Amino acid sequence: MKKQAWLPLLAFLVLIAFLGVGLRLDPRELPSPLIDRPAPSFALPSVEAMDRVRNSGDLRGQVWILNVWASWCVACRQEHGALMAFAAQQAVPLYGLNYKDRHGDAVRWLRERGDPYVDSFFDGDGRVGIDFGVYGVPETFLIDREGRIRYKHAGPLTPELLRDTILPLIGALGA
Amino acid sequence: MRRAWLIGFGWLLALGIGLATAAGREARPLAADPALEARVMEIAQELRCLVCQNETIADSQAGLAVDLRGQIRERLAAGDDRAQIIDFLVARYGDFILYRPPFQPNTWVLWTGPFILLFLALAVMARVIRQRRMHGTADDEVLDEEAPS
Repeated sequence: MKKQAWLPLLAFLVLIAFLGVGLRLDPRELPSPLIDRPAPSFALPSVEAMDRVRNSGDLRGQVWILNVWASWCVACRQEHGALMAFAAQQAVPLYGLNYKDRHGDAVRWLRERGDPYVDSFFDGDGRVGIDFGVYGVPETFLIDREGRIRYKHAGPLTPELLRDTILPLIGALGA
Repeated sequence: MRRAWLIGFGWLLALGIGLATAAGREARPLAADPALEARVMEIAQELRCLVCQNETIADSQAGLAVDLRGQIRERLAAGDDRAQIIDFLVARYGDFILYRPPFQPNTWVLWTGPFILLFLALAVMARVIRQRRMHGTADDEVLDEEAPS
């Protein structure tokens, strides 16, 4: 057989390798341009007391987590147990961003299932969500002392992800 | 003759499906200002909906797409231009939101790759043609080589 006869086979194998890698990539997992950038500042009413407007600037100086959730979000139910367990550990304060929800539904959701959050910000029209580049709920942001976003996860949190990725990161940030 | 009928039938079917989908499309809410709405749609055509990734923000009825169209509308009304609006969205959602990726280091391969492949293919073709000219019909040679004797 001529040496050149191997060329198509080689080209085919290269193609297979690329397709194989492509199969393993998750197209829903998008890199956020906000990583290592200052988190957007906002002032929103608290879900607990709608007449009390909270400012995100007040959270400066501590490491904290912002978890975007909604009562209509099915995957939020899935991660709720992991969030409750995480909140019980009291590693860092956990805040919620109640995204495009109805206030009554949000309150009922927290009452029925348990409230893992120190407080939830009520983002009824999803405007703050857009500032955070939210494209699917739930999403989770880890914010450092200087108010920069250090980590983002889109999709439900799992106990493994919290233990293996997020908690070590929190440790590295010195919380 | 029968074939011509079949082809004609196929065209009719295709036309029917086309009309059905055109009619089935959801009506958009009427805008207060059609000129503004046209500009919103023009910008939204270039942006990818992040929830349904193969649709533009102009075409999608996903909640996020509707919200982002609202943002574009508001910013246009406030006097922002197209570049400012696109920068605003890229800062939040990344380059992925652009249907036309910018030419930058991490997209060099994307933009130049097809032309490099085309050039390689042309080079290989030129070589094969030149070899065949020099050796007469190359096909016969291959046949001779592989035929069991």
